[in-house]
Amino acid sequence: MPMKLPRLFKRDKRHASPLEYFFLTLLAAFMILPLVYMVSTAFKPLEEMFLYPPRFFVRNPTWQNFTDLLIAISGLSVPFLRYFFNSLFVTACVTGGTVIISSMAAYPLAKYPRMPGAKLFFNIVIATLMFAPEVTQIPRYLIVNEFHLVDTYAGLILPLLAGSYGMFLMKQFMEQLPVEIIEAAKVDGASEWTIFWKIVMPLVRPAWITLILLSFIGTWNDYFTPLIFTRSEQMKTLPLMLSTLSGGPGMVARTGAVAAASLLVTLPTLLLFIFLQRYVMETMAHSGIKG
Amino acid sequence: MQIARTHMNFIRQSWKQYRAMYLFMLPFFILFLIFVVAPVLTAVYLSFTYYNMLEPARWIGLSNYRLLFVEDDVFITAIRNTLLFAIFTGPLSYILSFTLAWFINRARMRQLYTLAFYAPSITSTIAMSVVWLYFFANDRYGLINYGLMNIGLINEPIAWLKEQATILPVIMIISLWMSMGTSFLVFLAGLQDVPRELYDAGAVDGINNAFQEVWHITLPVMRPQLLFGAVMAIVNSFAVFGVAVQVAGLPSPLYAGHTIVAHLYDYGFIRFEMGYASAIAVVLFIATFVLSRWVMRILGDNE
Repeated sequence: MPMKLPRLFKRDKRHASPLEYFFLTLLAAFMILPLVYMVSTAFKPLEEMFLYPPRFFVRNPTWQNFTDLLIAISGLSVPFLRYFFNSLFVTACVTGGTVIISSMAAYPLAKYPRMPGAKLFFNIVIATLMFAPEVTQIPRYLIVNEFHLVDTYAGLILPLLAGSYGMFLMKQFMEQLPVEIIEAAKVDGASEWTIFWKIVMPLVRPAWITLILLSFIGTWNDYFTPLIFTRSEQMKTLPLMLSTLSGGPGMVARTGAVAAASLLVTLPTLLLFIFLQRYVMETMAHSGIKG
Repeated sequence: MQIARTHMNFIRQSWKQYRAMYLFMLPFFILFLIFVVAPVLTAVYLSFTYYNMLEPARWIGLSNYRLLFVEDDVFITAIRNTLLFAIFTGPLSYILSFTLAWFINRARMRQLYTLAFYAPSITSTIAMSVVWLYFFANDRYGLINYGLMNIGLINEPIAWLKEQATILPVIMIISLWMSMGTSFLVFLAGLQDVPRELYDAGAVDGINNAFQEVWHITLPVMRPQLLFGAVMAIVNSFAVFGVAVQVAGLPSPLYAGHTIVAHLYDYGFIRFEMGYASAIAVVLFIATFVLSRWVMRILGDNE
């Protein structure tokens, strides 16, 4: 039975109404408020940080915090670029590896659920998702230590590759793929390997772009793994450097420098998202086949 | 003997039929076994021991669990807080993620809206705590107190992060702010994949408003994404920890912001009682697992 509904929903089903725009914009403004404050703080001179009445926006923006940061960084025993390289290298390897390994494992689970062992395997993956990662870090450290991987790049990368989260994500998207496409390719004589790379992966591009973001952000911001898996200063990553800066003596004087550093560490993840987001919102139709 | 032989035959046949698929899964399987399954099983074993990371683990049976439920009052508080948090933020963040994704999908300038809602979830809790401690500061210097006093709603500043009544709500608000994350993106991507023809066919069949369209067409097609979002919402809301500790401290005043994972962290990394911490993890795991199974059944997982 069709219900009577306010005008708002009847107007045009495909596009938002002015009222929807109004609320969406209001809410969006509310969401970015704390971020605006964070950016604004990074440019505040010290005397503006503890003002009364409190001031949201910076009045006399300054680069002082960033130069302070530069000076603080130059006092470290390892050049800043080394931390940056470590972060970038580890994050790139984890992200690339995760996408390939998880997608390959998710495909059979999504398209051949009757394969013996598939269901059990998937259930175990889901179950591990629910185990507090804080506790498993210690046994994981023991294993990494056993393989002599502590303080190596392999030690920072390998344990993060087989993530339950990413595999679950890929499997859910691949489930939506019409079986007919795969069957048709098989009839044409394509191997599973070809089908996977030439047909399946291009079709689920929004899914693995999401996974790239997820994995990049998670690894880039990860504090705990490098904290326990590294020993030497040469192997440390940006989040660890940030905590060295914000802790220790002279911390209050460095409030501004820390705000600036936080902004700089967040920036790459934001830029990556801005760069990739149009692929997230891409339809299957764009790739030539409609679901 | 006969049974063993049929078994072998079955394995051989499966291998023949699905060889390529098993090889696809192999890299993940090996790494997963070593770095995920083995640590989880070790933690389960440790939950039955006394282990302080210096001496070898000593088997003590169910003692940790008995202690947890019978004598540890703080744990009961932690359960209460976590449940309150989960009941409120779990469903709300889930519904909000989908609703907003749906509205954004209809709007122009989708990229801008998506950025605004998604960006908070990227930020690290450590970096953002500077902001929250300023927004919710306990004295008149805090932005919210200042605002409320200015419009005359309150006369005295509210100690947001010290009062037992306000700590948990503040944690909930901040978590909601950060919750338009992966599920939100997954919903956006999923909405793209609903075939246009289905909507056209629906219109022919007499669907004439947005509510019916969502209910009869969008939601069924998006079931895989919805299932993912639901499980993640449960897992994340039960694992609440970072925000709670950053804004309320560990331990928080009168344990008002004490969560299950905060309790776990307290025992594991401050008191170095890994056995006890592992027992907490096992309890948390069982609660999350049972609830997720239940939700998966509601959403009709077809396997």
